[in-house]
Amino acid sequence: MARRHLLDLQSLTGAEIERLLDLAESFEDISLRAVKKVPALRGRTICLLFLEASTRTRASFELAAKRLSADTLSVSGSASSVEKGETLLDTARNLAAYRPDVIVLRHKASGAPHLLAAHVDASIVNAGDGAHEHPTQGLLDLLTIRRHCRRIAGLKVAIIGDIAHSRVARSDIAGLSRLGAEVVVCGPPTMLPTGIETLGCTATSSREEAVADADVVMMLRIQKERAAEELFPSDREYAAAYGLDPQVLRAAKPDCLVMHPGPVNRGVELHPDVADGPRSVILEQVSTGLAVRMAALYHCAGGELPA
Amino acid sequence: MADRTLLDERAVDRALRRLALQILEGTPDPGRLALVGVRTRGVPLARRLAQTIAAQEGVTVPVGELDIALYRDDVLTAHPEVRPTVLPFEVEGRHIVLVDDVLFTGRTTRAALDALMAWGRPQVVRLAVLVDRGHRELPLHADFVGLTVETSLAESVAVRLAETDGADLVVLRGAA
Repeated sequence: MARRHLLDLQSLTGAEIERLLDLAESFEDISLRAVKKVPALRGRTICLLFLEASTRTRASFELAAKRLSADTLSVSGSASSVEKGETLLDTARNLAAYRPDVIVLRHKASGAPHLLAAHVDASIVNAGDGAHEHPTQGLLDLLTIRRHCRRIAGLKVAIIGDIAHSRVARSDIAGLSRLGAEVVVCGPPTMLPTGIETLGCTATSSREEAVADADVVMMLRIQKERAAEELFPSDREYAAAYGLDPQVLRAAKPDCLVMHPGPVNRGVELHPDVADGPRSVILEQVSTGLAVRMAALYHCAGGELPA
Repeated sequence: MADRTLLDERAVDRALRRLALQILEGTPDPGRLALVGVRTRGVPLARRLAQTIAAQEGVTVPVGELDIALYRDDVLTAHPEVRPTVLPFEVEGRHIVLVDDVLFTGRTTRAALDALMAWGRPQVVRLAVLVDRGHRELPLHADFVGLTVETSLAESVAVRLAETDGADLVVLRGAA
């Protein structure tokens, strides 16, 4: 049976991405109703297989599934037999015995969702795989930008942080470049992978160059444990060279949006005055994420592909 | 069999005026009235009814747009397009008139009632349709009807409106 999956944004066309964004927009009013639930996926089963730590994305997917009236089955890394040495495919095949319609997978290995899609009879939604992609985060970033800027084509978007380890960056680059934005990625040379330009962006180690005349600045979370890997010397030095504070933001367009996938390290990549400032849409990203995940689940759970 | 015109532009206009009058007569408190168009063609019909009511009675009646895709009983097989629902008023306690172009099996109306109730508890809900073509599969009826027409199951009723299709015209299409 041909199933619909959402594995990455890299393999989607601009038109397919736009259709998902339009669909997500149509799900936003569900959260405004007295009864915040629609019967669309009644009787469908959605398995949330989170084999890597995640609180926000998982909560968002779980609420999205419930608002569509689907039944959810949650399996997390620490509670599962993965800890006992079971392989991903064995875990997934065991879950598949419950005949889930959709499996939402978070995994530390890049490509894990593609593996499941090839071997398990369920629609697979990638909720983040290694340093590869996080397509629903990419879509929610695109929708937030489209809502505020009324377009995506022609915008300058700066993505600043640990590009090398960021699946959010890869999904954002794929989606933004498909829809015609100019993407500049920026970070310390230790965090800028060579060849990143082939994904459809330019790269620089100058924060000032990246922010200049930007319509959107997307800050990525710095994982403090990377300091131990000597990718940057200290929080304070990182903030001085790559953090976003009101002074640096002045070089961007006056109505520039400030975004962050969360959770924010205040005072490291984002100055508190910017995180809480008038241009920050960080909390709106969270509510948009719910609509995007409803759209992703609805899109994938719709059964067989029409002929 | 050739298409048969049921309502031309003038007849659509007359039918809507009649519907507006019926709705006003059937609503004791026009201050609590709201019209809710069922997407797609119920929406422009609801707007025209509101305009007629405003012109005749000087009452401004709020108009909402209801998308029923997620409430359809064939949602997972028909892959309907999902669009936003916009109800710019409190549903609680309202006298709501659902507006649709054609009443046929009643399944759309069933879905519309469920979709509407998710927004609150209206005092009264009534149904206004431009054409009632019979063949109900659910125990539902319209309160206000522009035109009742006998049809066979092999026929279809096509409603075209200026806002969505360029011109007003209602035709009965025969079996091929």
